[in-house]
Amino acid sequence: MNNKRVIEVTVNGTRYERLVEPRLTLADFLREELHLTGTHLGCEHGVCGACTVLVNGRSVRSCLMFAVQAHGASVETVEGLSNGEQLHPIQEAFWENHGLQCGFCTPAMILRAKEMLTCCDRPLTRDEVREGISGILCRCTGYQNIVTSILAAQEKLKREVGD
Amino acid sequence: MSHPEWKFIGKNLKRVEDPRFLRGKARYIDDIKLPGMLHAAVLRSPYGHARIKSIDISRALQVPGVITVLTGEDCKQRMNPCMNFGPTTVAQYPLAVDKVRYWGEAVAAVVAESRYAAEDGVEAIEVEYEPLPVVVDPFLAMEPGAPLVHEAHGSNIVHEQTFEFGDVSQCFAEADIVVRDKLRWGRSSGMPLETTGAIGNPTPNGGLEIYANSMNFTYFMWLIASALKLPSNKLTVIPVNAGGSFGSKFTAHKVPTLAGFLALATGRPVKYVEDRLDHMANSDHHGSDRYYEVELALKKDGTMTGLRIDCVDDYGAYLQFGVGTHGNALSQVVGPYRIKHVSYRLRAVLTNKCQQGAYRGFGAEVNNWVLERMVDKAARTLGMLPEELRRRNFIQPHEFPYKIPTGNIYDSGNYEAVLNKAIELADLPYWREEQKRARAEGRYIGIGITTAQERSVFSSTEFWMWFDKPAFPVTSSPESATISIDPAGNFHLKLHSQAMWGNSPETVATMVLAEQFGIDPHQVNVTYADSAHALPSTGPGGSRFTVMVSGAVVGASKMLKDKLFRIAAHLLEARPEDVELVDGRVQVKGAPQRSKTLAELAAVAHFFALSLPPGMESGLEASHTYDHPYTTLPSDDRKDLGVFYPFMGHACHIAVIELDVKTGQHKFLKYVAVHDAGTVVNPRTLAGHVTGGATQGLGTALYEEYVYDENGQLKTSTFMDYLIPTAMEVPEFEIGHVETPSPFTEYGIKGGGEGGRMLTPAVMSAAIDDALAQFGVRVTALPVTPAHITRMVREGQG
Repeated sequence: MNNKRVIEVTVNGTRYERLVEPRLTLADFLREELHLTGTHLGCEHGVCGACTVLVNGRSVRSCLMFAVQAHGASVETVEGLSNGEQLHPIQEAFWENHGLQCGFCTPAMILRAKEMLTCCDRPLTRDEVREGISGILCRCTGYQNIVTSILAAQEKLKREVGD
Repeated sequence: MSHPEWKFIGKNLKRVEDPRFLRGKARYIDDIKLPGMLHAAVLRSPYGHARIKSIDISRALQVPGVITVLTGEDCKQRMNPCMNFGPTTVAQYPLAVDKVRYWGEAVAAVVAESRYAAEDGVEAIEVEYEPLPVVVDPFLAMEPGAPLVHEAHGSNIVHEQTFEFGDVSQCFAEADIVVRDKLRWGRSSGMPLETTGAIGNPTPNGGLEIYANSMNFTYFMWLIASALKLPSNKLTVIPVNAGGSFGSKFTAHKVPTLAGFLALATGRPVKYVEDRLDHMANSDHHGSDRYYEVELALKKDGTMTGLRIDCVDDYGAYLQFGVGTHGNALSQVVGPYRIKHVSYRLRAVLTNKCQQGAYRGFGAEVNNWVLERMVDKAARTLGMLPEELRRRNFIQPHEFPYKIPTGNIYDSGNYEAVLNKAIELADLPYWREEQKRARAEGRYIGIGITTAQERSVFSSTEFWMWFDKPAFPVTSSPESATISIDPAGNFHLKLHSQAMWGNSPETVATMVLAEQFGIDPHQVNVTYADSAHALPSTGPGGSRFTVMVSGAVVGASKMLKDKLFRIAAHLLEARPEDVELVDGRVQVKGAPQRSKTLAELAAVAHFFALSLPPGMESGLEASHTYDHPYTTLPSDDRKDLGVFYPFMGHACHIAVIELDVKTGQHKFLKYVAVHDAGTVVNPRTLAGHVTGGATQGLGTALYEEYVYDENGQLKTSTFMDYLIPTAMEVPEFEIGHVETPSPFTEYGIKGGGEGGRMLTPAVMSAAIDDALAQFGVRVTALPVTPAHITRMVREGQG
């Protein structure tokens, strides 16, 4: 595989230029090239959603996207959310409401939550949150506390804006 | 039980594990990179059963980046068979030797500079197979002349035995009513979102490290060393956080053994992480796959007297844990009921499928479903309400400790209290009325009620009590903890088995430590010992960890407090028995002004040997290995299996569904789960096991199945066709806790980790039956999909 391409991608606010194979997935680019291992691979066939990241603000399954397709894009991963030890309000809400057990789907759930809460400026219902996260599988929690965490995060973010 | 003087136990503390996982810094196995590390991928068998005639690796070796290719022949020459608790005639290697026995079995491993290159190499391997007759039906596998999965064993029946407890024949002869059924439990598995993975790393001293997310018996690590022909003290297994297990990583040995083998062969670090297809087709731990004929004997008044179980279990091609999953079922075979006579016949059969292992419940969840199916059938036969028949047969609070016919002891319980709380939470009378109204409108509401056991804290006897002359009748299943206080007075807690895999080992252990010392659990530094440094420990499994680590932490705390008290007493010129620990200070009883802080005492212990009591060692560290607090051996004639699973949790689930009889789809109207796991350490994390386990139980009941066709091809090998529940399929659970403390454990804790999966298959079956009552049909096979339900409706009308 000698037909490597140069790509420019902004990840969590930092611009990267890398030479990559066209077949390299965005997930493996993030994990192997940039060492951002908070993006997890659960099935590599586009069903489980554990590899979800935000590309230009929209959630995508990074196992189904090639790194070269992200050329020129802005990518956000879970590592971009917290400020050192200081957790983002969505992360805090997951902690306070036991929204994770093994943590493997958690980065995807948190990023999807961020997208939903950014897109929607009215209060979400539990059913809407359930539908919103239905593309990401969780095998530990039964989803109930994830829904509660996302609604709690919405409250926190509203208070922050209010402040 | 929130004890008035307990500060931490019983509180909804935020988990101490969470921040690293929330920030994407979990360090799962695939996140670890070692310098010079290579990557492996495996070639899987395209046949259910075939002789390997030849393997041509020459083209694969020319693929850029490929370092080497190894096959079963290499394993045979350089290894011993893998660890195995079944018969030695059923030998297993991480790469198939001579023949493949199921679709997906690993045939060769390619080691390359990257996973991409390794996968390229896999594509370039050429294997010539001679297909052999396939046997996927366990009943056909038992017939004379059936194709043999293991020629060396001489038969596909690997174990056949009938246990009889009490006088079963007489009990059935005297019964007023006998209800019978044929039941079928389909094969599913834990299916964690993270697969099993390992990194082998040769060390300069001729040894080997294996980073693994799948090994929990620290006292059995030498079994991997033995497979790799290494002295046991040359192998160090390093525990790594796991992204879920649910049994699937319970001593899953094939992956770490293969990674170790490849590292030794190349002399470099090698990572092998299963992809999803590897995991589904070739893991160590598919779940139970059983066919039952069951009879329950009753008196006219509803008293249950006897139970006959005849089970054929399709184990697939290997038998890693022997028939331990049936030993497990025997620990609570009569459920919460006073059934006095039991027979249990097992035929364990080999077929051309992936092997079985552990899945949340370890076989006891299947028995729960079987027993509850029979109780529901009896209630319908007798015209009794399901809860009334159950009440009539419950073991009563004053009868504990209660010995069931198999010999196991139930330590304590209050089953009626759990049932009553569930009925109250569910508002059962309201839903019974609603059900009548709906039926008048042509709608089908079904109510399911299940009361069942969750045994906790296994003794190893369950793995070998089936055999008259067991090869290795182990009786240990300990757990250890090490507590140290550093010179600055900060606490360190070292755990000694499998790292966190989604349970809350650090939270529960630090909560108990905090209870002992009055410190903040979030300030404790928690580490996991590798196998070279670990004390004997068994890790999570069989709902044992919280009970056992609490025992270990309490034991080590007592030792450490004893030392602190002796130092403080010496410095304060008091007697050790006259000092006490209050709010982080050791003080003289009745004279709190005479005191030393833990930090002051720690500094003395570490730096001021001349201030210590004469003869005392420097430092502040204590370790305790806590053995199972209550087990006994089985009798030689196996008429009494001994005490092997005594801390008996209990639960009641009530589900209310509305079923669309045209489509077979349902919606939830109510789901209540009340669990009694003794003293609850952290109600919110226990509730998490209930909701998570119940969701897996929904998968088992309604959606998930490994389907092999007649050629042994696995038809459900991706998440497109093996359907695990999404957020849309799961109800809002209402959770309640009842607490009947165990008299035998520290703080009275019982296990609860297997949670909802112990009951959900039974309660969903009951709710579907109830919704379809007028059609006269019953659920007798799982999973029961919408297609099955519409067929049942048609047959019922026909």
